[in-house]
Parts: sequence; C-alpha cells; structure tokens
Amino acid sequence: MSLRTKERQAKTAGDEAGLRRGWRRWERAYREEIKQTGTQPVEATSTSGRPIKPLYTPLDLKNFDFFRDLGFPGEYPFTRGIHPTMYRGRLWTMRQFSGFGTAEDTNRRFKYLLAQGQTGLSVAFHLPTLMGIDSDHPMAKGEIGKCGVAVDSLADMEILFDGIPLDKITTSMTINPPAAVLWAMYIAVAEKQGVSPRVISGTIQNDILKEYIAQKTFVFPPRPSMKLVVDTFEFGAKEVPRWNTISISGYHIREAGATAVQELAFTLRDGIEYVEWALERGLHIDDFAPRLSFFFNAHNDFFEEIAKFRAARKIWAEVMRERFGAKKERSWWLRFHTQTSGVSLMAQQPYNNVVRVAIQALAAVLGGTQSLHTNSLDETYALPSEHAVTIALRTQQIIAYESGVTNTIDPLGGSYYVEKLTQELEQEAKSYIKKIDELGGMVRAIELGFPQKEIADSAYRYQQAVERKEKIIVGVNAFEMEHEPIPILVVDPAVARHQLRRLREVKRTRNKLRVKSTLADLKRAARDEVNLMPFILDCVRAYATVGEIMDALKEVYGVYEEPCTY
Amino acid sequence: MAEKKKKAEPEKPASSTARAPWPAAGQPRLRVLIAKPGLDGHDRGAKVICRALRDAGMEVIYTGLRRTPEEIVNAAIQEDVDLIGLSILSGAHNVLFPRIMKLLAKSGAADIPVIAGGIIPEKDIPRLKKIGLAEIFLPGTSTQEIIQWIREHVPLRKKKR
Repeated sequence: MSLRTKERQAKTAGDEAGLRRGWRRWERAYREEIKQTGTQPVEATSTSGRPIKPLYTPLDLKNFDFFRDLGFPGEYPFTRGIHPTMYRGRLWTMRQFSGFGTAEDTNRRFKYLLAQGQTGLSVAFHLPTLMGIDSDHPMAKGEIGKCGVAVDSLADMEILFDGIPLDKITTSMTINPPAAVLWAMYIAVAEKQGVSPRVISGTIQNDILKEYIAQKTFVFPPRPSMKLVVDTFEFGAKEVPRWNTISISGYHIREAGATAVQELAFTLRDGIEYVEWALERGLHIDDFAPRLSFFFNAHNDFFEEIAKFRAARKIWAEVMRERFGAKKERSWWLRFHTQTSGVSLMAQQPYNNVVRVAIQALAAVLGGTQSLHTNSLDETYALPSEHAVTIALRTQQIIAYESGVTNTIDPLGGSYYVEKLTQELEQEAKSYIKKIDELGGMVRAIELGFPQKEIADSAYRYQQAVERKEKIIVGVNAFEMEHEPIPILVVDPAVARHQLRRLREVKRTRNKLRVKSTLADLKRAARDEVNLMPFILDCVRAYATVGEIMDALKEVYGVYEEPCTY
Repeated sequence: MAEKKKKAEPEKPASSTARAPWPAAGQPRLRVLIAKPGLDGHDRGAKVICRALRDAGMEVIYTGLRRTPEEIVNAAIQEDVDLIGLSILSGAHNVLFPRIMKLLAKSGAADIPVIAGGIIPEKDIPRLKKIGLAEIFLPGTSTQEIIQWIREHVPLRKKKR
C-alpha cells in the first residue's frame, strides 16, 4: 500500500513538471494566435457567471482521487450514478408534466402520452388546486383549468385516472401545500380500483421550503407546514412504502434566478432540513430516507449542469452517511427527476426552443437522471399543444435510442473539465450549506429572507448581463428576425362552467353530515398535533373538497404572508 | 385603507403629444406600481422590473403576490402612481385585466396608464389594447426597452405630494 502510494506520488510529481512545461508552451501559442487573429481574449463565464478556463488538464485535478471522488457506478459516493447498470439496465422514466382543463381533458392527454410511449404520469394541477382553494372561490375566477387540471374533490380524481391501472403506472403529482390532500385522493382512487396502498408508486412534490424560497405557492406558515410534511413521511413509511413522499426541488429555485450552485446548495440544505425535522419527530433515518427524492433543473450551460448533477449525488451521499449516520445504502442515494429549463425558452423564433430543450435534456441524461420532462417549444405562450408535447417526448426518445449516449455509464467521468467543475460546485455548495447551518437552518434562513435575496440578486445580475450582451440569447439580443405566430393550445371557456357544475353536483349529492364530522375530526387532530393523514383520508373519502380541507387547517395553522420586498 | 383621494381635474390619458418633460434632478420622481394579479407565484420578472425601474430613478411600489383587481386599483389610487405595471403568468389575464380597467374607470383613475407583461399570447394583445392597456411586453423584452417606453409615453402627473 505504502509502496503503491509512493509510486503514484512519484509518477504524479514527475508528470507535473512535464505538464507545467506543456501548459506554458500551449499558453504561449494560445495567446500568440489570439493576438494574430486580432480577437480580444474573451473572459468566458458559464450561464451562472462562473469563470471558465480555455483548457483543463491534470494540473486542475491535483487533489483528485479516483475512489474518493468518483468510484464505480452504484458505489459510494455515487458520483457516476446510483445504479451499477444505469441506462444499460433501464432507461430513465419519460414523464411529461401535463394537465389542463377538466379531468376528462387531462385523462385523454394522459392516455395519448402513454400510447406514444411515455412511461410514467405527471400531473399538473390548476392554480386554485395548487393554492388549496376550490373552483368556486372568488380568487379562482379566470384560473379554472388554465395552468393545469381542475381538481376539487375525489370525484375529479376518479375521472382523471379513469381507465389507468394504478398498480401498473407510477404517477408524480406537483402539489405542495395541499400535497397530503391530493395524495389521500390518489390513495382513495386506488382503493376504488381495488389496488392496495402498499402497491401504488409515485411521488408527491410536497416540498414546502422551496415554495417560500422560490415558487411561492404557500398557504400555511413554515413551521406547521413542516409538521404536515413529516406526517406524510411517517404515514408513507408505514402504509404506502413504495411512494416517494417528497421531491426536494431545485427546479423552481433555479427558475426564479438562482445560479447552478445556489440551486444545488439550497435544494440539498432543504433536504437536510426535512431530515432534521423527521428525526426530531422520532422517525428512524433508514425508514424514511430511501423515499426522499429530488428534482433538478437542466439549464443551458451543458457541462456545468452535468457537473451539478454529479456533485449533487456526491454531496448527498456524504451528508446521509456522515452527517446523519444512515446505514442503508438506499438512504445514501440521491434519486432525481429533471425538467429542462422553462425560463431558457424564448417567445422569439419559438422553434429554436426544440434545440435548447434537446441540449438541456442531453445534459440531464449525461448527468444520470432517473426521470425526465422535456419542455415543449410553445411554453412561453401557453400550455403545450399535443403537437408540441409530442416533439418534446420524441426528443427524449431520440436521445435514448439514436444518440448512443446510453451505451456507457457516466461517459464524461474523468474529463478534466467536468471533474474540475464537479469539485468546484461541490465545494461552493458546501460553503453555502455551512452558511445556512450557521443561520440556524433553512426555516430560519427563509424567515430571514436569505435565500430569497440571494436568488433575486442573481436574477437581476443575469438580466443585466443579457442586456449588456455579455450573454447572448439567440433571437432575442442577437440574430433577431420576425417570426410567424405558432398555433397554441386554448383552454375552452366552457371548462370553467363544467367544473363549477360538477362541484355543485358533488356538494349536493354527498353525505353532508359525514363531511361535517370528518372535517371537525381533522381540525381536532390538527390541534392535538397527531398525524393528520388518516383524518385527511377520511375527509377525502367523504368527498370533502380541497378547499374545505385546507380551510379547516387554516383555522388551526393560520396563513403565511410574504413581505413585499424586491 | 379608507383614505379618500381627491382626484381634482381628471387629466388627459397618456399620449405622446401631451406630456410633461421627464423629471429633471430635484423634481418629483415617477411613481410606478408593479402589481401581480392572478394566482401564480412567478415573481422573478416582476422583481427584476422593480429593480430596473428603481435603478432608472423611479419610485417603485410592489404589491406582492396574488392581488385582486380591487386591491391593485386601491393601491394605485392610494399611492397616487403615474403608471401601473401588471405581471401575470397564469393565463387569467383575459378575465382579470378587463376587471382592473373597469375598476380604474369607475374610480376616476382611467388616466393612469397600464402596461403588462408575462405569458400573454400574441393574439390576445389587440383585445387587451382595445380595453385600454397602453402596451404589452412579451418575454425577451429588455428592461431598457421598458424604461425607454415609459420615458416616451408616461407624463409625470401634476400633483402635490
């Protein structure tokens, strides 16, 4: 061992002198050529503003250790992937986020996507559902079925999954403050199909921390919200063991303007916060940690994004093993879904978006994602049309079946540049995590407005860079031209009428006494601080609406008001 | 909240012909309300606009998220603003904007120019301009273009502060 170490050191030292000579020789030639061509040496930076060198060599990886930093796929620290087989064993799940109009409309879109070879479902709810209000609430005016599918009660959920066997398909639901309610509805639909909760599989986003930080669909204040999240961890571990009870999300943090490092750091620190709260409840780390999942953005900067995914896996494995002492290997895994970047899409010359999405999706695949959503070219205008979503899905299929990138695991592992970027992102994210630890954790940092301000600063910096043309956006601040309008999806105004009619019908025909008593039981349980999941399930089975259940909880928990700062 | 605002003589709507000069140093600054109607929480654009207008020397008031048309119009009148900027990405603009324009007219504040940005399909623009919105800025618009537009189109309203 000591002899081998010595040999290795000698070899590296010998190489280093040669490498330095070579580096100086190349650098002279590089400067000479730049001078001759008369171009100014460009200060290149990544999309996130990171300075990038024109060339990387082993000199950049002097403290790099194969086993410590990289290892083999399926082995700690999982930099190369969580599975020994990666895409040789199974491709990522192609999961297009979709939902619009009524439950009938979205049920049809789901069946279309499954027929086109999509391998999992992902539900987009309309804004009233996301905010925990019903379609007949005054604030829902104009919003019904617009940003997603309208779901007010179990009756809508039954239609949404009609003819879709819940024991055969996995479903992801992007839902946060009312996550427990929509999850309960899904469980209730499964029961009606005769499928046990122990068999169903899927994900609820349920990541409330990033709502205060970035996406801003919050209802209750942070602390009772965290309590509700831990209820779902506890219930899931016992009753719905194949369900991912949270998808800890960097996506929205990035969309709000964060840099790659901020996305990485805030997301992982959110993850740490959930673990701490669950441990505080008395849950055992290895009981719930394997069901934690993640969700990242795939933005424009190809290599920086790939490095971000690799660094994420490495940091999380270390956090789980070293900081929390998790023993199960599955607890160390960072499993993640990826969506290509919505903000990177442009209204100008919208067909160019197909190319942006393809590059971003390729970064997600080279970064080892478990599941992927590719955005549609028309999303700067409206929800995707069937035509546009088909191209988006085909983009994934072309990467999977034609490009050859799935043939080998972590094909960029060992690239001087990618390994260096991975190290840099890891170190910078860790110092952010430390800073938030020092502030007293993420809930405290949010109360202080720390991540919110960091993100707003980055967003403004980026916008200024674009306006100074330091960052070029094709078709926007360069290569501009007129383009023809593209066909877009229009949500039929009749959707609102249909939805309001069904809601009235549900309220008229359900057992009113049962609704009243289940809601009263829920309120009592919330005051007693017991696990609310069984009570929410009872409400849902009685056809209490999302709005009624959330209102009951608002009475106990109150609502969160964000300070109006910019 | 129930403070009554005296609206002296209703001023002429903003137009490129009749406008006060851009405020020179020491003059009162243009007051702008940036408002978020609709249920969506996408505030990146609104916040970037707030900062850019502030850096261009305007006084910016931000409503925060999920404001009703009533709240927005009340805020505009109480803050006595020269311009309202609406940011919406939820798709509810065709329902909420007409309501805001109606309430402004009803409150005798139809002279406050209203501009908007967000996810708004191009084909909706003519209808929105017809109900009185002065301009719609689509994704990709630079903050400098918006500032330029404001300088050219928005007069400093005569008022005592």
